[in-house]
Amino acid sequence: MALTGQWMGACRSSFRSRIPGGLQVADEQTVDEAATTEGSTSVATIDAGPVAAVDSAIEALRARVVAELGSAVVAHEINHGVVTVRVTTESWRRTAEIVRSKLGFDYLSFIAGIDWMPAPKVGGEELAGDTSTPAQPMEQTYGVCGSAGRFQVFAAVTSLSRKTTLVLKTDVSETEPIVASWVPVYPGADWHERETWEMYGFRFDGHPGLRHLYLPGEFEGFPLRKDFPLLAREVKPWPGLVDVEPMPGVADGDEGEE
Amino acid sequence: MIETLAVDLAWGWILAIKTAVVLSIIPFGALLLGYVFLLKMMSHMQSRLGPMDPGGFHGWFQLIGDGIKFLQKEDITPEGADRRVFALAPAIILVSTFLVYIVIPVGPRLIVRDLDVGIFFALAVSSLSVIGVLMAGWASANKYALIGALRAAGQLIAYELPLVLATVGVVIQAGTMSLQGIVYAQQNGEIFGWGGIGNPFILTQIVGFLLFLTAAQAELTQTPFDMPVAESEIVGGYYVEYTGFRFLFFFMGEFGTAFAFAGIAATLFLGGWSVPWVDGTAADVLGPIVMLTKVMLVSFLIFWVRFTYPRFREDQLQSIAWKYLIPLSLVNILVTGILKVAI
Amino acid sequence: MTTTEIPGSPDFEIDPRALTPLADQRLDIELQSEDMVLNIGPQHPATHGTLRVVVRLDGERVVSADPVIGYMHRGYEKLTEYRTYPQVTTLINRIDWLSSFANEVPFIHAAERIMGVEAPPRAEWIRTALTELSRIATFILFLGEMGLQVGAITPAFYGFRDREHVLNLIEAVTGGRFHPNFNRIGGIKDDLPAGWINETRRVMGLMLESCDQFEDLVAGNEIFQARTRGCGIIPADVGAAYGVSGSNLRASGVDWDLRRDGQPYLAYRELDWKVFTHPDGDTFARYWVRLQETREAIRMVLQILDGLPAGPVMAKVPRIIKVPAGEAWVNTENPLGEMGYYVISKGATGPFRVKIRTASFSNVSILPWLLKGVYVPDVVTILAGLYFILGDIDR
Repeated sequence: MALTGQWMGACRSSFRSRIPGGLQVADEQTVDEAATTEGSTSVATIDAGPVAAVDSAIEALRARVVAELGSAVVAHEINHGVVTVRVTTESWRRTAEIVRSKLGFDYLSFIAGIDWMPAPKVGGEELAGDTSTPAQPMEQTYGVCGSAGRFQVFAAVTSLSRKTTLVLKTDVSETEPIVASWVPVYPGADWHERETWEMYGFRFDGHPGLRHLYLPGEFEGFPLRKDFPLLAREVKPWPGLVDVEPMPGVADGDEGEE
Repeated sequence: MIETLAVDLAWGWILAIKTAVVLSIIPFGALLLGYVFLLKMMSHMQSRLGPMDPGGFHGWFQLIGDGIKFLQKEDITPEGADRRVFALAPAIILVSTFLVYIVIPVGPRLIVRDLDVGIFFALAVSSLSVIGVLMAGWASANKYALIGALRAAGQLIAYELPLVLATVGVVIQAGTMSLQGIVYAQQNGEIFGWGGIGNPFILTQIVGFLLFLTAAQAELTQTPFDMPVAESEIVGGYYVEYTGFRFLFFFMGEFGTAFAFAGIAATLFLGGWSVPWVDGTAADVLGPIVMLTKVMLVSFLIFWVRFTYPRFREDQLQSIAWKYLIPLSLVNILVTGILKVAI
Repeated sequence: MTTTEIPGSPDFEIDPRALTPLADQRLDIELQSEDMVLNIGPQHPATHGTLRVVVRLDGERVVSADPVIGYMHRGYEKLTEYRTYPQVTTLINRIDWLSSFANEVPFIHAAERIMGVEAPPRAEWIRTALTELSRIATFILFLGEMGLQVGAITPAFYGFRDREHVLNLIEAVTGGRFHPNFNRIGGIKDDLPAGWINETRRVMGLMLESCDQFEDLVAGNEIFQARTRGCGIIPADVGAAYGVSGSNLRASGVDWDLRRDGQPYLAYRELDWKVFTHPDGDTFARYWVRLQETREAIRMVLQILDGLPAGPVMAKVPRIIKVPAGEAWVNTENPLGEMGYYVISKGATGPFRVKIRTASFSNVSILPWLLKGVYVPDVVTILAGLYFILGDIDR
């Protein structure tokens, strides 16, 4: 198993020989010119063929995932090259088991929550030049694959052998936000679920210990829910906004007179 | 009566002067010179300049400045600490360091006390420091300090043995345990009948020399054997809770012991202060200079290793001591004894 | 390999090594003594910041370890909802501060993907060069600092010294050593300064020598190998299940690099480079893989310097950027591992929700499993070998 020093030395020398053009410093002018001609040709050949191949592979993956998950699937879509599947809340844990053991998605990227409630309006009018807070639409809309209500949990898993990624979503009830834990399937889900729990208040059924991860133990409220105000912004307007804060020694009434 | 008193006075004065010279000039002088030298050496090894501003010329004043800084710092005793033990521990370590200097000769007459059991005494008092270390670790009421102290105790006990055994070869060859006697034995020795440069024991006891340096490195808790103080693991170990001048005590103890061991190594293996074909007053003048050069050479080796190598793990360290160093030193003694009898 | 069944799921089988029993096997304590709880951090030199690991010790052996994070939590996922897209890049620069430029790329790509904007080739190539430069800067520091964590002082100074050359290059282009904030939606802020290409070529030569030096001084050192070989072994499947990514997973023998295997991004498909893996999965393997990846990154930068296409560096984008409604998941291979942004837009000037997936967060979450049964010195070695940045854990 162990690599010997000799092996490493061989690696180094073979590496040296693979450096294009060696390390000599060329004349700046010629380098740039050569780069211009050479580079443009290689860029022009961006693979049209492989992209199509990738697309069909993703289509095949979607079909396979949907077939395996069966009745659990609520909606599915290919979103910017990523297969996104929404499953029922009851089958959340079962979904993880199937994608890990049958479909080979052995690597967990993350688990997180979404709150689709429209963001409450904070700050001034955008048209008046107040860019302190982006004005989000006031109606409740849902993203890819839709949602039944305000809360969703979503996760990304990757197959290390097939090098493909899958995004899974499920709805979480607003009145009783409970969803099954993935910890028995992916041990790495532990911290992600603790984070989601403290940020959104979703309880993960079967999690070994939902303790606070980032926030102090006595913290109340769920900071990433949209109705949890960003206190710093409530107390003090966006400091990047011109003329909000008068310079020291300037009376408040002076601003905006010119 | 007056004459008797005068004689007594003169005898007392001589002892006082000797003590002052040896205890102040040698440790502190060596400390200052060596520290600045090693500081700069280390800096250049690490491709940086080190202190350049204090004192004007290459930051020679840095050490004194550091000392003054430590004296200005608040002396903090942790709340849960055993106050008296906590306060006493650094002093014990410093005393054990200075006691070693008593028997190290730096010239034909420049030695505080030429004990018959000189080498034995030096190694015995140097291991007193482990008591100070244990006291510091325990009294600090800090888990890191405790781990550090226990590691130090285990390590010092394990490496005391190869350290002592490595010197036995020299003692057999010289036929004396007095350090002064060992220097004379090297000065008057002959290499196959040629007495040109005496016979430094490093030529015959090269194995002993390497064993001694390795064990001394561990005894000094220097890298690669610095687990008791390992900054990146237990953040300084037994002295983690010490501040101000008490920390300075540990610091002086560390460098002071390093020089003491370099001195012992120079005396045992490199011929000490002896200069070929020079004796009398000239030896009195040249001896200390030669000795200091040799001490610097050995401490350069010690610190070179210290700044380059990573550290072992505690269990690896113990297995090195018990599985390799001790058997090797026993073989060395055996071979030396056989050759001594045979030749 | 035996498998155990999870109760309640009849046809699901999991490798038991992913659960705690394997970690428990490492705990064979001969003399049971009273446990001691040792609090490593939040202020500890081995935690590069404010990670806290509470370990229960039996002698010097770790019985259980519980990492406590959040001392640097800045709530970026909330803050992004209150900022416009250009403002968000300023924030995400501070997630993994050692390779800030690499942090910006996936977010900008996600926004570009939803907008349907594509940056000009020259911009993508310069982005690639800067991403690889920040990879070199991060890894060179690691290569030196790993020595420091196992007790060798000198390599750390070499690491800092050599990294400075690369940071100077990044500063010359972006104006910031650590926080470039150089990416714009649709391209980058500026073209390369004059003379940069030759200077980079020179510095890459220095970096290659520096790699050789680290190989001899640190990786080739017997004590270093004695300390790191067999220390903190992560089996490939356990690492994957915990979400360990990047060089840490490649050191466990998993041939997975998002630059090659992920959704196509930047100019990686047009460069000639290799993905290095190591079968051992221990701390030495992680060091070795990072060493090789530094060389590979240097090689990539040299290729980019040779093949840089001409043209503009900004695509046509409106002055006030409004990203249409949509979602995009973009993950990239950052120096520390997989970093991804799930950006949800509702057509406003700022994102509606940004899920930030950071590499260190998942890499560190394996610690309770990994630290069981090791000695205290190995705790430090393992922490250093996983190589995390606190901003990347806590974001």
